[in-house]
Amino acid sequence: MNLAPAVPPPSLSASDPAQLESGHSLWGDAWHRLRQNRLAVAGGAALFVLTVLCTSGPWFLQASYQDQNLDLGATAPGAAHWLGTDTLGRDLLVRLLYGGRISLGVGLSATFVALTIGVSYGAIAGYVGGKTDILMMRLVDILYALPFTIFVILLMVFFGRNIILLFVAIGAVEWLTMARIVRGQILSLKKMEFIEAARSLGLSNRRIIFRHMIPNILGPIIVYTTLTIPSVMLLEAFLSFLGLGVQPPMSSWGTLIKDGAEKMEEFWWLLVFPGSVFSLTLLSLNFLGDGLRDALDVRGSKD
Amino acid sequence: MPDPILQLQDVRTHFPVEHGFLFKRHLGTVKAVDGVTLSVLPGEVLGLVGESGCGKSTLARTIMQLLPATGGSVILEGRNLTRGSAAEIQAVRRDLQMVFQDPFASLNPRMTVYATLAEPLLVHRVCPPAAVRARVAELMETVGLAPRYMRKYPHEFSGGQRQRIAIARALALNPKFIIADEPVSALDVSIQAQILNLLASLVRRMHLSMVFIAHDLSVVKHISDRVAVMYLGKIVELGPAADVIERPRHPYTRALVSAIPVPDPDIERRRQRIVLAGDPPSPLNPPAGCAFHPRCLFAQEKCKAAVPPLVPAGPGREAACVRLDEI
Repeated sequence: MNLAPAVPPPSLSASDPAQLESGHSLWGDAWHRLRQNRLAVAGGAALFVLTVLCTSGPWFLQASYQDQNLDLGATAPGAAHWLGTDTLGRDLLVRLLYGGRISLGVGLSATFVALTIGVSYGAIAGYVGGKTDILMMRLVDILYALPFTIFVILLMVFFGRNIILLFVAIGAVEWLTMARIVRGQILSLKKMEFIEAARSLGLSNRRIIFRHMIPNILGPIIVYTTLTIPSVMLLEAFLSFLGLGVQPPMSSWGTLIKDGAEKMEEFWWLLVFPGSVFSLTLLSLNFLGDGLRDALDVRGSKD
Repeated sequence: MPDPILQLQDVRTHFPVEHGFLFKRHLGTVKAVDGVTLSVLPGEVLGLVGESGCGKSTLARTIMQLLPATGGSVILEGRNLTRGSAAEIQAVRRDLQMVFQDPFASLNPRMTVYATLAEPLLVHRVCPPAAVRARVAELMETVGLAPRYMRKYPHEFSGGQRQRIAIARALALNPKFIIADEPVSALDVSIQAQILNLLASLVRRMHLSMVFIAHDLSVVKHISDRVAVMYLGKIVELGPAADVIERPRHPYTRALVSAIPVPDPDIERRRQRIVLAGDPPSPLNPPAGCAFHPRCLFAQEKCKAAVPPLVPAGPGREAACVRLDEI
């Protein structure tokens, strides 16, 4: 997207001895408030650690997620296999880390799809308004009314089971709420005098939307994004649980939990470890989202 | 007499009131601006007064082409804006700028003063990118702000300072014409005079023309050469500022003038004030004939008959009242 020339920061040349007083941006203030929130910081740290472990962990382990050892069978956690092995003798830690890649990957990429579609769609509907807005939002209502599971099952039946399709299917459903949120925010922003001022300065619509409106609604967008990631991960887990998502021998946290649930009476570790890691991730995302909402809520702060 | 820089000819801005979507039921029309004709000379300040809801701000936005006129024409230096293409309007933007009412809402809270002022310069390529910083500093000095604050954000300034930033933004493109929509009504009284003086001196120094909107004649009196009084979408009186305020002709103007407090408690206590009864009528369903007659002290049966036109009422003056000669 080729936005009109971005405004470069003023260069502090030596030719100008007058000192410039730097200001407190609203972002700076929000960052400061976020750091005061211990739960949010803890959530952010936990997510960071989990992400690093899942992305780089498998490189340091010899075993692969599909290496079986049928003679070994299911073993309880111990020195050789820290989190134990499943009935096929596969190392649970390895499978958990690989599964994390899938789950976090689905979470992030499907959310990204939802974010891109939802923000542009909602912004255009809200900014253009009138009949365009009515038509665009009625389409959203119609899509909302379609049962998600049936939609995904149909996609899977027509196009075959495919990880990429899973991202797209989840993203295609999650953008609806984002579009509604963004449209509502844009509608209320559109009447603000600084948007009228931008129009009277003769700025292009694209510039007004992307430089004047979206930066002012990034707060709700960011917050909703952090809340979308867990719901997307839950969807993936749900689909995998139904057997529509990730296919064996690959693992995702959803499939691990499903397998663990089947065997939990004999081999508790197969459910407890994937379950705790998944819960920890969801909790961290929710804490981080809550913290961001509080930090970015300008109404509660000085103005 | 020089040619006017801005001419409004029978400008109308009507809003349909509709119900339902796709199949709309037409419920009526709000005639926010209903047949305004006036002109502004180069270097002149025209004060536009009227109570809330009389269409002042709608007229300002119609002139600015922020709202489409439903009738009539807005002509700036011979260019008809209401019939202009998008590109023509874009070109006119450089000559026509606006200062908004609320300095807390008219500045983008996520942009520094520098970004706010540099944006129009860069988008319209007013000056080479290397000169932008100097030009921003110059603009800030013009409106009485220290350039060292250019990296601060709007929330770090007071209302008066913010209004100065908004004025600087309006001046960035070197316009010829400024519309100030109640630029001081959101400010503390102590700050109002500063902003008024700033606007008055800028108009003089930069040879600007201005439409200055207020709901209060005492604010308009100091800054305007001429005054137009608006009631329910129409101009009811027009004339030189001092003359109109000393000898108002239209009954509505008389009421507005009598609302200006006299800074002498003895006179203030004894003088008779005209207090208008009731609210202005709904523009959706205006009274027949003269829209002011239900609240007018001098109303007679003939006031309900027809809408009175603006007629000459003394040198350089016009008023819209059928009983001008009697009252």
